[in-house]
Amino acid sequence: MISLNDLRISYRIGSWVIPAVDGVTLTIPDGCIVGIAGESGCGKSTLMKAIYGDIRSPMYLAGGSIDYGLKSSDGRPVTTDTIRREWFKSISYIPQSSMNSLNPVKRISTQFTDFPGTDSNKKRVLEKARGYIGKLGLPPEALDSYPHQLSGGMRQRIMIALATFFQPELIIADEPTTALDVVVQKEILMLLMEVQEMMGNTILVVSHDMGVHYQVTHKMLIMYAGRVVEYGDTESVFADPQHAYTKMLIDSLPAIGDDSMRGVLASMAGAGGDRAYRVEPDLIEVKPGHFVARPSLSEGVAV
Amino acid sequence: MSTTIVSETAAPATPKRRRDSFLWLLNGRLALGLVILAVFVLASLILPFFCPVDPSQQATYLKNMPISWDHLLGTNAIGQDIFWFLIIAIRNSLTLGVLVGVGVTIIATAVGLSAGYIGGNFERVVMLVVDSFITIPLLPILIILGAVIRGNSSFLTVGFIILIFGWAWGARTIRSMALTLREREFINMARFSGAGTIHVLVREIFPYVSAYMLVAFINTVLFAINTEATLAVIGLSKVEVPTLGSIIFWALNYNALFTGNYVWIIAPIVATVLLFLGLFLTSTGFNSAFASKRGVQ
Amino acid sequence: MGVLQYVAKRIGLYIAVLFIGLTITFLLPRLMPANPIDGYIGQLQSRASGALTPEAIAGLRANLEELYGLKGDIFSQYLNYLNRVVLHFDFGPSFAFYPQEVSQIIFTALPYTLGLLLVSTIIAWILGNMVGLVAGYFHQKKAATVLEVVGILLYPIPYYILAVTVILMLSYVIPLFPLSPSFPVGQMNLQKFGMVIYNSLLPALTLVLAGFGWNILSMKALTVATTEEPYVTYARLKGTSNWTRMIRYVFPNAMLPQVTALALSLGTVFNGALLTEILFSYPGVGLIMRTAASSGDYNVLYGAITMSIIAVATAGLVIDLIYPLLDPRIRHK
Repeated sequence: MISLNDLRISYRIGSWVIPAVDGVTLTIPDGCIVGIAGESGCGKSTLMKAIYGDIRSPMYLAGGSIDYGLKSSDGRPVTTDTIRREWFKSISYIPQSSMNSLNPVKRISTQFTDFPGTDSNKKRVLEKARGYIGKLGLPPEALDSYPHQLSGGMRQRIMIALATFFQPELIIADEPTTALDVVVQKEILMLLMEVQEMMGNTILVVSHDMGVHYQVTHKMLIMYAGRVVEYGDTESVFADPQHAYTKMLIDSLPAIGDDSMRGVLASMAGAGGDRAYRVEPDLIEVKPGHFVARPSLSEGVAV
Repeated sequence: MSTTIVSETAAPATPKRRRDSFLWLLNGRLALGLVILAVFVLASLILPFFCPVDPSQQATYLKNMPISWDHLLGTNAIGQDIFWFLIIAIRNSLTLGVLVGVGVTIIATAVGLSAGYIGGNFERVVMLVVDSFITIPLLPILIILGAVIRGNSSFLTVGFIILIFGWAWGARTIRSMALTLREREFINMARFSGAGTIHVLVREIFPYVSAYMLVAFINTVLFAINTEATLAVIGLSKVEVPTLGSIIFWALNYNALFTGNYVWIIAPIVATVLLFLGLFLTSTGFNSAFASKRGVQ
Repeated sequence: MGVLQYVAKRIGLYIAVLFIGLTITFLLPRLMPANPIDGYIGQLQSRASGALTPEAIAGLRANLEELYGLKGDIFSQYLNYLNRVVLHFDFGPSFAFYPQEVSQIIFTALPYTLGLLLVSTIIAWILGNMVGLVAGYFHQKKAATVLEVVGILLYPIPYYILAVTVILMLSYVIPLFPLSPSFPVGQMNLQKFGMVIYNSLLPALTLVLAGFGWNILSMKALTVATTEEPYVTYARLKGTSNWTRMIRYVFPNAMLPQVTALALSLGTVFNGALLTEILFSYPGVGLIMRTAASSGDYNVLYGAITMSIIAVATAGLVIDLIYPLLDPRIRHK
């Protein structure tokens, strides 16, 4: 179980400070798929980076902490500073632009053998890999190919294979289906669900597409302007959204990814605009397992 | 308390407004380059008016005199004042560079634009010719020219030959720019909105193209001055004419190093390096200025 | 298959370029203002100081016209020319060293030029790219900016300036090298070979300095851009070390445009090499041409320029053919 305790992550750019994650407190349970929704600028990508442990200038931890509930190989609990050593072992990442995340001039096999600190016997690793990718619906020859020879869907499967190869407890999938066509999207989502069932781990799925969340996630988290607006079982959130913002997101299905909306909303969220949706960081349980945040009263703010 | 953390210079986190139209020009390289060029251009335009005698005339002064107020860089073994020789040399080299630059830019733009915009077999044939010209090394041809004409070539004949072979590079660059231009949204938009071809050409295409033309021009100036000087240094151009290359030729020929007249050879080296540095900085400076402007667009 | 198509296309281009180049060389003497035969006969006359009879002169002229392929209409001259040059590498005899064949003179000088060129270009490319890679990968460090400034200072300096400065620095100020290098002729033994190397160091240094600056700058820019690519970020998120990322992710990708750039710069590099040879009295094609220019030895000149065109075009072809070996996207469909 991962606990986020009043987590605050900001960016320092010149003399400005941008609070991208502004007080998030919640516990992510084990063994389920949790979706994180909200449009560009709401802080979900930053939150994922923070959880993954990829905190580099100009990003910094402005307050709060993350409790991973994991122990590293030397027996000590894993913290934000040490999580790096667990990359792709206890925690892994499927990046946003996975289409282009494979080295174009090397074969796919090298992606499996260049994890640092792994088995130095490359042959053994490759044999394991060959068997493994079969389970994800890939032919063994895929390992000997170059990325440009594989289709988008196959490349995404490779990314999933790489992310799950060491059977991590937590997988973060950042927009796993953007840039895929609808049929392939469905396949990938089913694959993610299968993987989660097989391994019993936790997958965090970030997406601005509410449809993806509806199909795949057990629990859902809605973010706006750096804070959590609503959180609960997916069914409950969709059936009975408690916050106006959540309602708006759901109503705009299927495509909140529709560009015409995005520019407007993103700039609003990023600039800390639209007072109607701003919330306090504390969540209140309004139904069993279903939390919502209170609207915020005037705060120091946006000009 | 959960007030939003904002620093004293309180402002919403919106991206800094685009710099206004002239500030984008002044990135470091460009500024420095332009300053250097300005110095050279002004010096070569204004100073010659103060020149007491024709510096290429030989035995005007005593030989190998050291630096003094009368002779700012001393005199050389042929009895010429080094400072004035250098100034006139700079003027001549710059003039040649600019003339060739203008000519090459015009040809390169015409060829590159038409090839890129028209496309098809026309483009293929043209690019084949361009690639051939790029492959043919220019120096051997200039050496042959030098042999045939044996120092009787006028200064400008050399420029002419450089022109004939030098347009190829520029044509290549402009053509690849033209390729992207073909697809550009704003061109099609203008066309579809009913604007006439002239309007499209002047308002939309020209500003874009002129950026490339400017950079190509500066690069050609550099190339032309360099090539002429190369020929002069090995003694195959009309070396009586003061140019940045011929001054070095004479210095080498008269063994300036042996006789200890270091100024004779170091002065043109410093001048050439500075001039080329200025041209180069200006060229890359414009390049990145235009690139960032395009990026913002 | 993708590769075969690529190779065929490149070879086709190569032949076309050669063809155009050879045609230009064919036309060149016919476009020049001076008639080389008159020039040559004039020279011979002055050397023989009147001992040549008019018949001898006429016979000589006829011979030369034959040799030069100036008999007959221009089309048959052209075919004749192509035949001689392409199939036999026959450029006729040298004027200055009659009756030594031009091709012989050129082929004696060619190894020197090629050796110098290849070695210095490869060193400049490798060194410059390595420095550029590191400077680009760690571009936030001060040292990287210093390296970039070095590149900016070196790049615009023309070959002749570099050559003269090198002579100034290393033959005068710090007299490490001789002012007039002498190159041993005849059979090569180890000692003579050593002398050759020693005397080649300065011209090689000049060429390396000239090419080094550009490689640093362009590789640095390419490296910075490549490091932003998603696949490099992903490698970082996998926990790979800086070294692994730099060597196995960034370099093999950033180097590709550099290979293409090298092919395009061959003409310039060749020019620079010729000039450097002349300034250092290095016995390569450049010096041959310069001497031929003074003595009006046109056969040598035209032979040399033909060889130059062939050399540059061939080098370009070789590089183009190496490219698919480096970029699997070209190699496999």
